[in-house]
Amino acid sequence: MSSFASSRETTEGTIYSVTGQDWDQVASEIGSAKEERVVVNMGPQHPSTHGVLRLMLELEGETITEMRCGIGYLHTGIEKNTEFRTWTQGVTFVTRMDYLSPLFNETAYCLGVEKLLGITNDVPERASVIRVMMMEFNRISSHMVALGTGALELGAITPMFFAFREREKVLDVFEKVSGLRMNMAYIRPGGVAQDLPEGTVAHVRDLVKDLRKNFKDNADLLIGNSIWIKRTKDVGYLDLAGCITLGVTGPVLRSTGMPWDLRKTQPYCGYENYDFDVITADTCDVYGRFLIRMQELEQSLRIIEQCCDKLDQLDGAPVMVADKKIAWPAQLALGGDGLGNSLDHIRQIMGTSMESLIHHFKIVTEGFRVPAGQVYTAVESPRGELGAHLVSDGGTRPYRVHFRTPSFSNLQSTSAMCEGSLIADVVAAVASIDPVMGDVDR
Amino acid sequence: MSEFHLEPKRSDAIEKAAESAVPVFGQEPASFFKQLKGFWVTFSTMFKKPNTIEYPEVKPEVQPRFHGRHQLNRYEDGLEKCIGCELCAWACPADAIYVEGENNTEENRMSPGERHAKVYQINYLRCIFCGLCIEACPTRALTMTNEYEIADDKREKLIWEKEDLLAPLRNGMLMPPHPMYPGSDHHNYYRGEIKESHPSQEVNK
Repeated sequence: MSSFASSRETTEGTIYSVTGQDWDQVASEIGSAKEERVVVNMGPQHPSTHGVLRLMLELEGETITEMRCGIGYLHTGIEKNTEFRTWTQGVTFVTRMDYLSPLFNETAYCLGVEKLLGITNDVPERASVIRVMMMEFNRISSHMVALGTGALELGAITPMFFAFREREKVLDVFEKVSGLRMNMAYIRPGGVAQDLPEGTVAHVRDLVKDLRKNFKDNADLLIGNSIWIKRTKDVGYLDLAGCITLGVTGPVLRSTGMPWDLRKTQPYCGYENYDFDVITADTCDVYGRFLIRMQELEQSLRIIEQCCDKLDQLDGAPVMVADKKIAWPAQLALGGDGLGNSLDHIRQIMGTSMESLIHHFKIVTEGFRVPAGQVYTAVESPRGELGAHLVSDGGTRPYRVHFRTPSFSNLQSTSAMCEGSLIADVVAAVASIDPVMGDVDR
Repeated sequence: MSEFHLEPKRSDAIEKAAESAVPVFGQEPASFFKQLKGFWVTFSTMFKKPNTIEYPEVKPEVQPRFHGRHQLNRYEDGLEKCIGCELCAWACPADAIYVEGENNTEENRMSPGERHAKVYQINYLRCIFCGLCIEACPTRALTMTNEYEIADDKREKLIWEKEDLLAPLRNGMLMPPHPMYPGSDHHNYYRGEIKESHPSQEVNK
């Protein structure tokens, strides 16, 4: 081959490496070579690989004969880093794994810590209801990104604008409640960081009505649209046997007709008390997964409405465990100088009680001790089963934190979904898995 | 090798979930008229109020609880609230805060009580705005404001020193160092009993 491609001899024959040249020229020269095997690197800097996913495609014409994922481009060492922080500080790390659904990471982690501490049943009900409400909002915001960017990657630009418009409103709720729009570290071992600010429930009720109305826009654009169906129907096929073999969960598994949703099968945070449906499809394809995500939005809204009713009843109830040895001591309050510790708390620890001051210092610097042992807790994140495996050696820091993340497990099904299909279908298949690379690499 | 036998088990959980399973709708292509509705969605948006904001000409208001840049506060007489205890630095999961404490002396009193912060730095290259520092602060010296425009063009500029973080002097406040309010000790400060400065505190005229 000509000058743009360097070649080297291997046991498998001559290998040409082509990088960033005129593709027409490359293609015509490939045609003249004896070997027809072309390996194309898609990513890690590709706009439709959801961040830094690298796909190695072996092509024959436009058909994929073999496909492998290259991961590790977003490794942040979150799991290792938590071993050097207190259990409470760990929340701020794990929230950054799956950055599109931070509250699920936090909940999985905190449920694990609570199980290790043996205080699962002591978590106040109001805290659980707030967790559920925030998680369901987070499911909406995450699905909005999945749907919006999924459509964008297949060439439909408009749904992305509508999806992000709705997501913005959900993020406003997060900002109102926790002060942050992403990576809130709002859910803490033993409860949540702060109670809801005044007027949140009313705001949420209005928002639910608003969202329900606005979700129709995207539904009108995409559900039943002939072009959309042509791009997604029977694409990225993976049946139940394939899903079970590869450990695939979430909408991908539910698109095979299996009603597997941890909120129903292994309820946590009181999900057994909510009335909602598990959406399934039997098409095993990208279109089925798209419809599932689309219709799960309505189920999330239903759960949020029930949360609002419960929150009204539980007004003023505590949001953190009563055990002062575990509960984070701070009580935040707003003032003219911004957000900080409440003056009542200051008066208590600095002006009145030396014991509470010592306790405040001890729990902030050292944290609390967690009995030795290991647990696995799982929650149903928007992408599938998100599990936290926590090991404690009895100290104030985790001995090991490992996450079974749905993006990682689901991503390995791309080969099974894509081999034998066209190169354009890879984008659809990967978008339907909705991997978040922060979640894959941790 | 011993024989390994696995009995297939049917979980009740799946049965239970199957009861509430609902199949998706919309699997077939919609009618022509219904598909036209999609175009109407896009077209009608032209007549709706835009959701975008002309930033930076128009600055969006953030929620009151927003985690913005930090501020080191003062008591009403101007003394610093920070006692140099380093609790914020301990709480910080990103190691973004560096504090060096120093003893207060009669000539150099920056805060009520025994100690003050000689050096106080927040490294905004590392800060993740989780807010654990403000939850740790035992004197409400450290708070988070609603200011969010802290991007800069040099890495050095993003390490904020104490003088960048300190709140400005308001009416009735005196620039420390100066003695505590006459007839009071640090407990009066912590209880919030100091409402203004006293003329006798004015030493560095």
